[in-house]
This record gives sequence, structure tokens and C-alpha cells, in this order.
Amino acid sequence: MTSPSASDLRPTAPRAGAVGRLGRPLLIGVGGGVFVLWAVATLTFVLVRLIPGDPAQAVLGGPGSQASAEALAAARAEYGLDQPILVQYLMQLGRIATLDFGTSYSLRTEVAPLLLSQLGGTLLLAVLALALAWVVALALALASTRGGRVGASLGSALEVVAAGLPQFWLATVLILVFSLGLGWFPPISVPGPIGLVLPVVTLALPLAGFLGQTIRESLLDALEAPFVLSARARGEGERGIRLRHAIRHAAVPGVALSGWAFGYLISGAVVVETIFARPGLGRTLLNAVTVRDVPVVIGVVMITALAYIVVTVVSDAATRLLDPRSAA
Amino acid sequence: MSGLISVRDLRVSFGDREVVRGVDIAVAPGETLALVGESGSGKSVTARALLGLTGPGAAVTASQLDIDGRDLRAASEREWRGVRGSRVGLVSQDALVSLDPLRPIGREIADTLRIHTRLSPSARTERVLEVLREVGMPDPEVRIAQRAGELSGGQRQRALIASALALRPPLLVADEPTTALDVTVQARILDLLGSVTANGTGLVLISHDLAVVARVADRIAVMSDGRIVETGTVDEVLGAARAQQTRRLIAAIPSGRPRGSRLRPVDAAGVIETRPRPTAERTVREETDPTSPILDVRGVSKAYPRRGTEPLVAVDDVSLSIRPGETLGLVGESGSGKSTLARIALALTAPDRGEVVVDGESWSTLRESKRRARRHLMGAIYQDALSSFDPRLTTGQILADALLVAGVRDGGGRRARELLDSVGLPSAVLARRPARLSGGQRQRVSIARALATSPRLLLCDEPVSALDVGVQATVLDLLDDLQREHGLALLFISHDLGVVRHMSDRIAVMHAGRLVETGDAEAVFAAPQHPYTQLLLEATPTLPQSGR
Amino acid sequence: MTDLSFRAAEQQAPVVDEQRADDRASGRGAGSRRRFRIGAGEALAGAYLIAAVVAAVAPGLLSPVDPLAISPSQAFSPPSLADPAVTLLGTDESGRSILSRIIHGAGPSLLIGASATAIGLLLGAALGLFAGLSGRVVDFAVNRLLEVLFALPGLLLALFLIVIVGPGVVTTTLAVGLSTAPGYARIIRGQVLAIRRSGYIEAATVLGVSPVRRLIRHMLPNTAGPLLALGTLGLGQAIVWASALSYLGLGAVPPSPEWGAMLAAGRIYLTTAWWMSVMPGLAIVLTAMSATALGRGVQRRVRAL
Repeated sequence: MTSPSASDLRPTAPRAGAVGRLGRPLLIGVGGGVFVLWAVATLTFVLVRLIPGDPAQAVLGGPGSQASAEALAAARAEYGLDQPILVQYLMQLGRIATLDFGTSYSLRTEVAPLLLSQLGGTLLLAVLALALAWVVALALALASTRGGRVGASLGSALEVVAAGLPQFWLATVLILVFSLGLGWFPPISVPGPIGLVLPVVTLALPLAGFLGQTIRESLLDALEAPFVLSARARGEGERGIRLRHAIRHAAVPGVALSGWAFGYLISGAVVVETIFARPGLGRTLLNAVTVRDVPVVIGVVMITALAYIVVTVVSDAATRLLDPRSAA
Repeated sequence: MSGLISVRDLRVSFGDREVVRGVDIAVAPGETLALVGESGSGKSVTARALLGLTGPGAAVTASQLDIDGRDLRAASEREWRGVRGSRVGLVSQDALVSLDPLRPIGREIADTLRIHTRLSPSARTERVLEVLREVGMPDPEVRIAQRAGELSGGQRQRALIASALALRPPLLVADEPTTALDVTVQARILDLLGSVTANGTGLVLISHDLAVVARVADRIAVMSDGRIVETGTVDEVLGAARAQQTRRLIAAIPSGRPRGSRLRPVDAAGVIETRPRPTAERTVREETDPTSPILDVRGVSKAYPRRGTEPLVAVDDVSLSIRPGETLGLVGESGSGKSTLARIALALTAPDRGEVVVDGESWSTLRESKRRARRHLMGAIYQDALSSFDPRLTTGQILADALLVAGVRDGGGRRARELLDSVGLPSAVLARRPARLSGGQRQRVSIARALATSPRLLLCDEPVSALDVGVQATVLDLLDDLQREHGLALLFISHDLGVVRHMSDRIAVMHAGRLVETGDAEAVFAAPQHPYTQLLLEATPTLPQSGR
Repeated sequence: MTDLSFRAAEQQAPVVDEQRADDRASGRGAGSRRRFRIGAGEALAGAYLIAAVVAAVAPGLLSPVDPLAISPSQAFSPPSLADPAVTLLGTDESGRSILSRIIHGAGPSLLIGASATAIGLLLGAALGLFAGLSGRVVDFAVNRLLEVLFALPGLLLALFLIVIVGPGVVTTTLAVGLSTAPGYARIIRGQVLAIRRSGYIEAATVLGVSPVRRLIRHMLPNTAGPLLALGTLGLGQAIVWASALSYLGLGAVPPSPEWGAMLAAGRIYLTTAWWMSVMPGLAIVLTAMSATALGRGVQRRVRAL
């Protein structure tokens, strides 16, 4: 029943502008995002209460920690641990809503400003890696679909290799070759662009393997689509077919993967920032996990969830702009 | 010869397989040549060879390949690109996928100009609007910015034709340009193609349907197995067909063929029996009362909510009934509501209002668990038979499953073989998956499955729309035979008036969710009452009477 | 008549050939037979994985020397053929054979990866089937739950769980399993919904097949194939992430020969004994690659069915 009316002449509804097309989904996206944030906050609250023993102790490094009596008393007061559980829960929601994640006991600073100062470096790393991954994946897809069956096998093999590279190992090999061997880049991340090269490549290559597979498969599908025949029948050449038609179709599923890619990059940032001794959310998180600094962990979790939601809403909107059919 | 194209001894092969084996084609300016044949006859490959688009792995040879005065036998890809779009335009089937769904049609049409001319963007837009007007696109200023998915089927096809005509190429190749369209839209697109040749453009029209091309073609070439088996003017080919393949094609067309006459000869000699068999041969089961309907649809309505606008009324207060052993043909174009009605009859969708009664007892109001015990009364076959089979299962397993529902434990597969035999398939098919069968064989398997529960009513939803006209004929003959043998009632749903007319005792016409006309088949065709039925009849392509 | 022949230029659109067009449309058919042949890449991947499993089950069969045998005189030997049983892939700071340690590390590494995949797949399949088979309300609820879990991507959820439960091999396995479950659940839900709406389920309903039999005969078997492909593809990634956690000091710890832990142990000798880091990593890469290659093969065959 979805096929359009039989009438050749019936006017179709006037086209909604780009804003009209995006407004409603955007609203739903924001509403859904608030829900997800609330759910994540609730989840963290529940999980932290599952840590065995005194909750104040749990916040300050778990059962084995050597927290002082004053610190424990301060934590009890700060989190209202002597209050009923519902009050504690509402207090925590209220604090998170005002971006107050409490105090890091291991670093003895406020969590929110600490994390905000780390956020920029990680975002820069992630954005650069994402861009590089897209460039590599697109280039690989475009090149391998021109080479017939050999190109396809080669492209597919490269994707499998790239996707199977663990970041910690790739980083090690890159350091061995380009820092210790050739001396081109520093083995630990120094400020400035030169220090970014190896971390970005480490993050980007495996991601390019995953993206490349998606893009190559949809590129192949697009190249066999009837509209490509129509374009050839107009006299369009190979370049035009790819750049004007196929690449856009190929990009749609890749863009839709952005939320997943973001998660991959954040996970990778934990590893990469640690290996290259680069300041950022990932390394802060790992250090906090090692010493069970719960306020910091909750802060990172909430900030990541927020960033994830933003990325998803943006990528949904981008998908809709690229492919208006997906709005239906 | 001073034709637009003259091709001699065209051969195309893929590896060892030669699919076009020495074809000669000549088209003069303003002339329409129709290339007709069943799928696999090589007509589409021939058409693509005229644009140098046979694809990788294809070896093309010809002793002459002149298009618009150029010898293209040894043309490089670059030379071909100069020809495509400017000397030859291509219109394919189904504009929904033949125009890039992500780009506005204006950009698609303007591409031809961008590639071949140095026109400025604004001049290109001017020309795009002009050509959109030429092809009769309503509101071209609005449409130019829309994508194919936002247009109706007819508008889309017009846009595709406009993209082929943007540079006024002297030759247009149209490959099944109306196959995906409703008949009333098809009629208008055919008129448009006819008018294109008026200014001297030559047209090569590829189709599987003789009746469609009869309307616009000057000459017809019938292809079979990579060769042209017959060529001549429309009157010559349709009126005095010489080749057996042509006669078979003509005989397979159901429009205007009396109810009960066979579409395919029984003997292999090619003798066509057109005499209707007496209806007295039909058996109606004795235990049934022939007056009480097997299926009774009473005032059924169904609407689907839509965001931001009023609900879409798919079926609006429809009543119809089918008596045992009778065929009711349900005709309508896409969006008319006939598929929703079929789903309601099958109790896959619950009606908002009204009721369906089967064999005198309630059906649509029952709980599914209660209805399941009565589902054996109604079988169904679908347009896409393949997707109605679990891809993991063989034909034998599919039939055994169906028999199990009917309470038959078919240990040795005896019943399954009988079922296959009754639909004219060898028992070797049992071990194969439907994906490995041909389209016609698949539909036969699906009929066999439907018969497993010995239904009283068979609902056929566009059962032959996906099939070649020859295969279609054999499946229609089979349904006719089975109806006689088993006293089956048929609800035969199709967009194709010719097929429905050939199959039906009574006809119901649906339009925009409503039943606009019902009546005895011959009476409806002889004197349609409703304006929509009249429009539909007029638009349906038929062979000229001289062709009979 | 002069018969000049020419070939169409290299490029171009795929041409109609009824059988092929048909195959593409349905994603299956006679043309797909080639897809069932085992390629060289798949054969190599399979052989490697079989070797890895043998090493995991009976490391003594493959390992030339005792992985714990200390030989200070051979400490930090680079990879060489001098004493291949010991030095083929080099030795560590105590002169232990890296090759033997990698072979003995196959057990813990594969076990953690396989258990994590099994946990993720079971949870994911349960959630996905539940959502896909239940009504709209349940589906909506499960979908929201998945969205929430997606907002805690990969390692983040794993690290959070480690904070709650404390580090260790069991936690790592659980954490990787849990963090992969939402992805599996979403894919399986989509698969189940697609099958539910498929023509053959509708045809079975019309025929009068009961819901239980529809589930057993059609839905479950048709979900199993994609599940197998997902599991194989996921195994490689699970091993990569679990070893990453070990590398970060949160999972298996040295002197365990688990591959990630071996890499971590080699970290401080990176400038002097690169093989201590590179060789165990190579074992992980090859395992992940093999699993991915095989998983794709399974996926292709399932789709072609």
C-alpha cells in the first residue's frame, strides 16, 4: 500500500525544507538523549551501591582502600549516605544535572573541571582519527572496486588485517619503527601536531578496516544499481559515476555507523592515551579505574554518554540529509 | 541505406555463451522498431549493444554497426561516451531505481547537458525545464528539485524520458519503459513515446508484451534465443505471423481470449486450440450448496494512520462474495486497495469495520487460535513465490510441512509426489530448493503447497505478474485445470485486465479503496458502467482484432 | 562481407543475464555455488585457528620446550635459528622461549575470548529474540535499554564493571562479554523482525501452521546462521579487547602467558628486546584476522542460502 497513487497528475505534497525534515527527528533525538542520560545516571547509582561494604569506603577506593576517617566522614556528608536511599538517588541526579561529579579522592580536585580540561585533547584525537579513518576507508574502497576481482580480494584482505590489529600492539609496532627505528616521531605524545601523528594513526587504522568493509560493500551495490546504467547511458565516465553517484550511496551506511565508531574511538583512546602518555579522558579514566576513584569514573561515564548522544543525533541528521528516504 | 542505425550480424557473447547470434537492425528517422521476446531472448543485450553498454566480459562483434552515421565497430570507451546521451538516449524500466534516488531529477537530467555541452548552469536549468515541459511533467519548476522517490510512478518515468531526451538525441532506446507502471499510466507514457518520434527521433522499443508495442510500433522484430525470428510491419507480424515463436507469443496473450480456452497448446506440434471447453465439464463438489458463498466480505473498511495528515483509507466499505467453484477477478491499479483487501480476506490484517465470513461461519472475528482450524479452507499463492518459501527448505520439505498441517504424515513422500504431479512438475523437483527452480516452476510449487490442505478457495494475489507471457500462459492454464478438477473457487487479484478477463466468471473493479463496479465478466467488458472501468478498459493494450 | 570484430571496452555496467539478475534479486541461486567453495584465505585462517585450538587444549603437543624453563645464559636472545626450539621467536628476560609461552598462552587467551563471546552472544540473542518475538511494548522497552547500553561504549562499560567488581580474569571476561551484548542484541532483533515479516512466515500463517511450530521450524533455524557468523566475527574482537584489558593491567597479569599480559611484560624492554612485545601481539593479530576471515565466509554463505 506504500506505492504512490495511480494518478499521473495528482500533485504531490510540497516538499518540506531541510529544517522541516530535520526538526521533528531532532526534537525526538534530544528527548531520547535526556532519557538515556537519566538512565545512565540511574544505572551508575545502582551499580556503585553494589560495591560490597561501606558505600563511603566504596566511593573512596573500595574495600581495600586506606581512606582516612575524615575522608570517609566527608564522603558520607557529601553523598548524603546517612539519608534514605531515595534521597541519595535524587541528590545524585541533582548533582549530575548541574555537572557536579564530586571530588576525586586520588587527585584531590573537583571532578568536573578536571574532566573538562581533559576533554579537548581526547576529542581532538578522536575527530582526527575519525577523519583519517574515513579518508583511508574511502580511498581503499574506491581503489579496490576499480581493480576487478583481484582488487576486491586485496581490498577485503586489507580490511580484515586492519580490523584485526589491536591498538596496543599497533602502537607498539609504530613506536618501534617510526620512533625508535627511524626517529621520525616521538615515542610519547609531545604537545603539537608531531606528537599527534602516531596516536591518530593507531586509532584510525583498525577503524578504517571496519568502515572500509561497510563502504566497499555498499559501493559495490551502488555500482550495480540501475541508476548507474542510466548515468552511463548519458555518457558519464567512471570518475563521474563514482563521485557523483556511487560515493554518496556508499557513505550513507558509514555515516549511520558513527555512533558505533565514536564508542570505538573512546575505547581506543583509553589504550592509546595510556601508551603514548598523552593527557586525556581515556588515561584519566584508566588511572581512576586502577585506584577505584569512583567519582572520576562516574564523571567520565556521564560525559561520554552525553558525547555519544550528541554524535548519534548529528549522525542521524546527517544520514537524513544524505538520504531523505531514511526519514520515512 | 540512410537509416539512423544500421546494424548487421550483431553478436554478443559472455564467455562461451553467445546470447545475441547475428542480429540485423535498421531504424529510419521517425520510425519505431519494437524488439519483442521473452526474457532470455537477448533483446535487452541487443539494446545495450546499441549504446556500447554490454558490460565487462562481453565480446561484441558485428559486420556493420553504424549509429547516426558513425561506424562504432571499433569505438573506444571514450568514443562511446561521446555517443551516449548525445546521439542515443536510453530509457529503462522502473524509474524509481533508474534515476539516482539521492539526487534531484533536475540534476540527473542536467547531467547529460553538463557532460556533452558547455552550457552555463542557468542555461542547463532552462533546458531541463523545457524538456520537462516537453514530456508533459506537471509543475516542472517544483519537480526539478524533487527526487525520484517523491514523484508518482508516471512522473518518474517522464523524468527518466526527459533525461534521455535532454540533448534531443536522434535515437531513443527504451527498454521495457512501461513494465512497472499501471495501465492507465502506461497508456499515457506510450502516447508520449509515440509523440517523440513525430519530430524525427527514431525509437527502439524493447518489450515482452506484443499488445503494448502494437500501439506505438511501426515495425516489430520478434527475438528468440538470440536471433530475430520474424520482422515486419505491425499488421504483418500480428496478422500473419509466420514464425512459430511469434504465434506462440500471440497465443499466450490472454486479453480477449474467451474464458476456458487454453493459452498454450496441449500438443507439442504448435497447434493452438482456441475453442472454449464447455463449462459443464466443471465439477462442483456435491456436498456443498452452490448458492451459499464460500467467501463473503461484508462492508469491510481499513484505514492506516499517517503522520501529520488524515488516515489513508486503503479499503472503504467493500462487500463481495464468491460462490463455490466460481472465479471472481479483482482488478485495480497499485494503491487501489486490492492487496489490503486480500490481506483482510486471508485474516492477516483485521478490518476496522465489517466482517469476513468463510463458508457460512465467522472468520475475521475469530481468534487466530480458533481460525487456525479452519485455515485449510483457504489457500493462497503470491506474486513473489520465492519469498514465500523458507530459503533453507527443499521443495519436498515445504510440501511435507504443508501436508502435516493438513494432518497427513507423508512418510515416503507419496502425497508430495502426487501434488507435484497435479501441478505438472517431475518428482525430481522434491530434492531441490525453490531458489534453484525457474519462476514458473516456483509458482507451481506454491500452488502445490496451497493444494496440500485441499482448500475450497484459492486466493491468487498477482500470481503471474512476475512471469514471462509464455510461462504466465501455462500457469493460467494450470489454475484453470485445477479449478475444474477440484471445484475450487478462485479470488483472482491482478492489475492486468486481460488476465483477469480470461480467468474470471465475475469481475470486481477497485479504485481508491472502493469497489466501483462488479458484475458478470463479459457484461462488464462489453458495457462498463463506471467511468473508471471505462478508462481502465480503454487504457489496456490489446492486439488489433485483425491479429486474431 | 568484412567481418571486423571488436571488444567492448573494459569497464561498464553489469549486463542482464536472466539467471544472474535473478540471483542478485534473491541473493541466492545457482550462481552462488561458487561462494561455497573454500578460498585460500579461508583455508589458511581455518588452519591457523585449528592450530591455536590444539595449542589451547594440549600445549605440550606443539610447544618444543617448557615455557617456564629458565635459562639465564639465553636471556634476551633475538629471534634466530641458532637453537630454534628456544630462540625461534626470541627469549625473554629469564631466557624463556617466547614461542613456548605463546603456545601455552593460547589456552587462557582463547578461553577468555571464547567465553566473553559466548556470554555476549547468549545475552544478546536472548534480548534480541525477546524483543523481536514479543509485542510492541516489550520491543520498545528493550530498544530503550539497548540505547542506554550503547551510550556506554565498549571498554567504558567494561572499565565501569571492573571498578565495581575489581580487576581479574573473570571480571575481564564478563566485562567484555557484557559490553558486546547490546550490539549482538540489536542485530539479532533486526534479523528476527525481518524473518517475522518475511513472506514465508506469512505463508505459514495462511497455511495454518501454529506459532510454536513457526518458531521452531522457521524463525530459530533462520536466526542460527547469522548468529554463527556474528559469533565468529565477534571472537576476534573479543580476544583483542580482552587482551587490551590484560595489557592495561586489569585482566590476566604476568607471569601468566596470556598474550596481552605477555605484551605488557615486554613493555619495559621495548628498546632492547622488541620481540617480547611484537611476537605475542602477532599471535593476537593472526587470531583476530582468522576469526574475521572465517566469520565473513560464514556470513557470505548464510546470506547466499
